[in-house]
Amino acid sequence: MRPLTDEETKAFFEKLSKYIGESIKQLIDRPDGAYCFRLHNDRVFYVREDLMKKAAHASRENLVSFGTCFGKFTKSGKFRLHVTALDFLAPYAKFKIWVKPSAEQQFLYGHHIMKNGLGRITENTQQYQGIIVCAMNDTPLGFGVAAKSTQECRHTDPMTIVAFHQADVGEYIRSEEHLL
Amino acid sequence: MFKIRIDGGKSGQNAGVRIWIIKSYVILEKEKMGQKRDFTERLKRGPGRSSKKQKPPQMPVQFRKDEDEAPKNLSSRAKKRMKNRLKKKASLEAGKAKKPIKNVVDLGSGGEKSDSDLSAFSSDDEDLFPDHDEVEAPLGESDSDAVESDEEDVSGEEEVEDSDETEEAQGPAKKKSIQKGYSDDNKSWLTPSKKSSLPMDDDESEDEDESTDDEDDDMKDDFSDKEESSNSEDSDESTDGDNDEDGDDDEKLLPIEKATKRLRKKQKEDDKLAEEELQTNIAETETFILPSGQEIEKELVQAADLTLVQQRIKDVKGVLGDFTNRRQDGRSRKEYLRQLRKDLCTYYSYNDYLMGELMELFPNEIVDFLESNEVQRPVTIRTNTLKTRRRDLAQALINRGVNLDPIGKWSKVGLVVYDAQVPLGATPEYLAGHYLLQGGSSFLPVMALAPQENEKLLDMSAAPGGKTTYAAALMRNTGLIFANDANEDRAKAIVGNIHRMGITNTVVTTYDGRKFPKVMRNFDRVLLDAPCSGTGVISKDQAVKINKDEKDIARCAHLQKELLLAAIDCCDAKSKTGGYIIYSTCSVMYQENEDVIEYALKKRNVKLVSTELDFGREGFTKMQGKRFHQNMKLTRRFYPHAHNMDGFFVAKLKKFSNKIPGQESAGAEEESIDTEDKKESDDETTSSPISSTTDKAQQKGQKNKNNQRDNSKPRSNPKKRKIIESETADKEENSEDVSKSESVKKQKMKKSQSSLSPSGKSKVKKGSTPRKNKGKIFKRKKKY
Repeated sequence: MRPLTDEETKAFFEKLSKYIGESIKQLIDRPDGAYCFRLHNDRVFYVREDLMKKAAHASRENLVSFGTCFGKFTKSGKFRLHVTALDFLAPYAKFKIWVKPSAEQQFLYGHHIMKNGLGRITENTQQYQGIIVCAMNDTPLGFGVAAKSTQECRHTDPMTIVAFHQADVGEYIRSEEHLL
Repeated sequence: MFKIRIDGGKSGQNAGVRIWIIKSYVILEKEKMGQKRDFTERLKRGPGRSSKKQKPPQMPVQFRKDEDEAPKNLSSRAKKRMKNRLKKKASLEAGKAKKPIKNVVDLGSGGEKSDSDLSAFSSDDEDLFPDHDEVEAPLGESDSDAVESDEEDVSGEEEVEDSDETEEAQGPAKKKSIQKGYSDDNKSWLTPSKKSSLPMDDDESEDEDESTDDEDDDMKDDFSDKEESSNSEDSDESTDGDNDEDGDDDEKLLPIEKATKRLRKKQKEDDKLAEEELQTNIAETETFILPSGQEIEKELVQAADLTLVQQRIKDVKGVLGDFTNRRQDGRSRKEYLRQLRKDLCTYYSYNDYLMGELMELFPNEIVDFLESNEVQRPVTIRTNTLKTRRRDLAQALINRGVNLDPIGKWSKVGLVVYDAQVPLGATPEYLAGHYLLQGGSSFLPVMALAPQENEKLLDMSAAPGGKTTYAAALMRNTGLIFANDANEDRAKAIVGNIHRMGITNTVVTTYDGRKFPKVMRNFDRVLLDAPCSGTGVISKDQAVKINKDEKDIARCAHLQKELLLAAIDCCDAKSKTGGYIIYSTCSVMYQENEDVIEYALKKRNVKLVSTELDFGREGFTKMQGKRFHQNMKLTRRFYPHAHNMDGFFVAKLKKFSNKIPGQESAGAEEESIDTEDKKESDDETTSSPISSTTDKAQQKGQKNKNNQRDNSKPRSNPKKRKIIESETADKEENSEDVSKSESVKKQKMKKSQSSLSPSGKSKVKKGSTPRKNKGKIFKRKKKY
């Protein structure tokens, strides 16, 4: 377990800002205690500081997880967000897509979102903007990347993809072993 | 069957009946207008309608008679019809004398039973069974006039067919001919009602012609008519046994209901026969006789007859219930028990050792317990209060077609699922972490643990994280939870669950629980849901029945003892809010439960406190000649047959000192009351100089003093302070206390062991433990 290096921080925050923009600040400066990001086994954990200190009691081999896992660094140094970060992305998300109940299940099986499954979309979403996918009752289902801007979405035919799937809560049962 | 009914409909115009059956009420109304049919009675049979509204109570015909016969105003048409009927009746009765003769010609045998029998159906039956025409055909031949009008509707072809059929039906016996009348597969049970008769039938057919023109009020006339006529004819009707008895009721039932009824009856008869057969198989004796050696040998060679075994289980249980009176002379209880055990093993396929143990645990309820192990427990889910409320969750799930209910008064977060149209482990709600599938029994240890906010908690064998997440939810994501599980793969399940449930205060580790004290101590509360033999969850894993023998249990128990000691070591007695250890297993064996607790009570400075679970059975204080601590009844046992949840054991321990009693005391403790007490006191005296604090010793000192309030009172204050103060100060204080108490104790020891000074008790017990507990701890020592 160690703090992130500058490079890692940069890569990580860049990725994170695609989804929540400036709100990263709110993740770090929290009124309810000091929180920090820690790297462990190439995974980035977001954890309360006192919890992190206690977790340091455990040896590296035996420590599996602490706090919330946000994602991992790939071997090539890029950062990949995991669905476990969803709880922290969803409240701060700048751009969202709401999917119709009929398309909910499709998305939870790992499919992209088609135009015909699109319930609502935040205004002024740019193409390739990171978006949070929600059900119509505002339950976050996952996140992805907008394949079309809001404007384009209006005029495409029903079967075009409007958002690319990146992670969804279905992974909790689909690939529990690979969550971390 | 429906098809036949439709095709054989009363008239050609009646093609729409099909649609009616399909269920359109509107169409029915339309048809009514131009049609000579009475639908009033039929309305009730529509499945849609009946499901919407409860039917009016269906009075058996014989009761209905009275009210029907009550004078009522007849409409002019009704009067006309009545007149017609009477006329017809008269003519029929007149013609009756002739008809049988005619019938003899027609049917071959007829006799007194005329075609009147054939057509002896109420209007209901006509409606129900499209073969009606076929039935009525002979009638048409015989007394043509009366039915002619009715039969006019029927196409010529049909009539021909009908007559053909009746010709076929010209069997030797009249009964047969009746049954032939029904061509469909219902003929076996469709027999004319006992009470209805030919004249009525004529009336009916007549009636129907008219009634459809009329309004619904005809129905009652029909009934009264039926009654009148039937009463008159009753006497000369021959009945067809059982079937006829149901005749009246049947008329009001749907075909499917009738079929069910018939099946039930058949089943009942079969059961009865089987029972009788069994009874004849078994030697019938007043006193049950144990099987002889030969019989036993025989059973060993060939597979035992399970029904026989079951009966024998019953019998042996009966004998054991009142042994002195029902026993066979010269047979001991042991023999009966041996036989019972063997039979239970065969019947439920357990291994002998496990069965023996279970019989010890459940001397009276063994069969209940075994039976309940054959059935699955209800599926229960726990609401994640961090993300949703139970009411919202229940609503969301109900919308998905899940049938559920609150689990009971004792939990505010549990729901029982009766049936679900969707997989409960994959609904969007589940994925969003709104709930967790969790057995009802798994709530209990966490409820007993009662974690407070901002505490440090250790879950020693956490996977798959059900209890951990519950504890985290109770702590509202504050404080710190260490979720440990030795198995790395299973630890992944913890990770998945805590992330899904949105829990952020948890550290997941994969240590061997026994080594955890080396990693971290000073937890406020420790939850040890120990790995166990699983004898409480046989319904989940039937393999337990066979593959758990004495060694496995002993191995489990040994591991559990080690884990519990480790758990106690991880706990901090000086915790302001906690210092509690929960020990739970999903086993019912005392070796894995009471025995383990007893061991911990001896090995560590812990005492049993109430689990604060207001249901469940008390733990055993003695079992198989072993005696356990008196306070063992503060532990709770849960059984599948008694509480409809997995077999479970929960014990709550309070650690009152971080010191570990000297090793030498442990071995000798079991020997005898006196020696043990002395030895312990010796231990305390010897240990006190070395280990400066021995809270235990201190307590004892206070307890033993009956009239030492003066001494103990001033000490109670320092003790309270002590907890707040730093450890070093603590130690000093304690050592003082100990030395004081010991001097007193040595004097008073033999005098008054059992009498306890309340002040001493209350002082030791800082938390919620009731005073009694202390007393009982002490009493335990006396017991040995």
